[in-house]
Amino acid sequence: MSKVPLVQIAHARSGDKGDTANVGVIAYDPAHYQLLREQLTPEAVKNHFGEMVSGQVERFELPNLGALNFLLHGALGGGGTMSLMNDAQGKVFSTALLRMDIEVPDEVAASTMGQGRVPEGWFP
Amino acid sequence: MSGARVVRVASGQGFWGDDIEAPVRQVEGGGIDYLMLDYLAEVTMSIMQKQRARDPKAGYARDFIELMERIFPACVDDGVRVVTNSGGVNPGGCADALVEAGRRAGVGGRAKIGLVHGDDLMGRLDGLLADGHELVNMETGAPLAEIRDRVQSANAYIGAAPIVDALRLGADVVVTGRSTDTALTYAPLIHEFGWSADDHDRIAAGVVAGHINECGAQCTGGNCLIDWWEIPDMAIVGFPIVEVREDGSFVVTKHKGSGGRVTRASVTEQIVYEMGDPSTYITPDVVADFTTIQLDDQGSDRVLVHGVKGGPRTDFLKVSIAYAAGWKATGTLTYAWPDAAAKARSADRILRERLHQLGLHFDEVRTELVGWDSTHGRLAGHPPADLPEVQLRVGVRSSDRASVERFTREIAPLVLTGPPSVTGFAGGRPRVREIMAYWPALIRREAVESELRVEVRDV
Repeated sequence: MSKVPLVQIAHARSGDKGDTANVGVIAYDPAHYQLLREQLTPEAVKNHFGEMVSGQVERFELPNLGALNFLLHGALGGGGTMSLMNDAQGKVFSTALLRMDIEVPDEVAASTMGQGRVPEGWFP
Repeated sequence: MSGARVVRVASGQGFWGDDIEAPVRQVEGGGIDYLMLDYLAEVTMSIMQKQRARDPKAGYARDFIELMERIFPACVDDGVRVVTNSGGVNPGGCADALVEAGRRAGVGGRAKIGLVHGDDLMGRLDGLLADGHELVNMETGAPLAEIRDRVQSANAYIGAAPIVDALRLGADVVVTGRSTDTALTYAPLIHEFGWSADDHDRIAAGVVAGHINECGAQCTGGNCLIDWWEIPDMAIVGFPIVEVREDGSFVVTKHKGSGGRVTRASVTEQIVYEMGDPSTYITPDVVADFTTIQLDDQGSDRVLVHGVKGGPRTDFLKVSIAYAAGWKATGTLTYAWPDAAAKARSADRILRERLHQLGLHFDEVRTELVGWDSTHGRLAGHPPADLPEVQLRVGVRSSDRASVERFTREIAPLVLTGPPSVTGFAGGRPRVREIMAYWPALIRREAVESELRVEVRDV
């Protein structure tokens, strides 16, 4: 097994509902959904964010889409217009989760190398 | 899909401030039956309420009137019907302006406007409270009475029925206030296919179509993380079109020749956006189960969505309440290499000490360094010593307006009195802004639905 950043095997999108951020994490390859399901437990995600999420972390499963949905309660500094955060609506919380390390079989680590990032040397 | 009747609902606007050319492209691209335009978000209603307080004719999305002046003739000629929540807190005012715009555009005598009233609870609030509707905050459990004197707007999220009525009465354009975003897409489907209220699966499929449509290009390649650098022609991005069959299955697509990309991945990202419990997606008309959605990427920017299940609606409607909750301001300064982050952090210390010396009162003071930790917080780690530049961003929040006002005068002095290599203050003092906090509540649906009215006006 090898440790790779989650961004290498999954993409994500986040949004807000009041002071709660939601992060939907989607496996690039549906075959990797089980890896997400086993390792992205609510406890592991809560631990990853630490003080950035003051409330609990809830997890919902969407096996039909190869996706997990997380609700991060108390993550947006009061939310909406109350919040003083640059990311008051949690638009990029998704990418903060994609920094998390995940253990994958060595061959998966090799075959997904560089996935989720612009190709080497690419710049507009 | 050959042979089966298809209704095409195009999305033209994902929020108030979205690409104003997109709905024009949707109409000019042809082949659509309905154009839905979503202008409302949680904070929008309170902004519109303030505008109406200053001018009784205001309080709706004025962009919509300018848009219709451009596209009204084409919509009437091509039979494209428009469904929108542009009415905000003043649907009547919006309809008045729309009648005038239609006449200027040359569709006088050839078009009808459907107008939905009754979602606005502001004038009824005390009566509702007296009748025992507590409007308890769904997140905190607190009763509305605690903040009643600070309420600025209160609107119920209403469902498809009044829109369907307006379409049945021949409206070419339906203007509502706080209609549920998804209803702008599924109400036309209920009207066209005659789905009954207990057709839970089909209406739930319409809700999924509405959820995919409601954020415009966010399902056609916009804000899409997967292979974003390869997505073509975003300057002419195609907004979504859902092609729906009577059984509720539908294809998400966009006009040929437009930019962007519709794939399983782009659609999935939109499906999980602003998602709660996916098995219980509550709308006024049905509870949809998003764990039943099946996607089939057919290639050529076409994704088939099918298999959606739903259950009966609840006895409640959601109410969106905005209330005044103090004041805030945010100040920024830019620090340059060398040791940019250390300089910014040092300036923040000096600023906080001054705010303390002045005896100001804040509920929160928040510091972020844009370019290092403002989006990933502690996960950003330590700033690299050779960081070329960083922006110091300090926000304050207080129930005391004078404290926030004084804070706005304490940023610029740091340029001459604080750490070196600082710039980026040419914009002047930060602006003090009033906070409109959000109070989500539930209300028994009959308290709202008994007051809903549909009116049809000739242009």
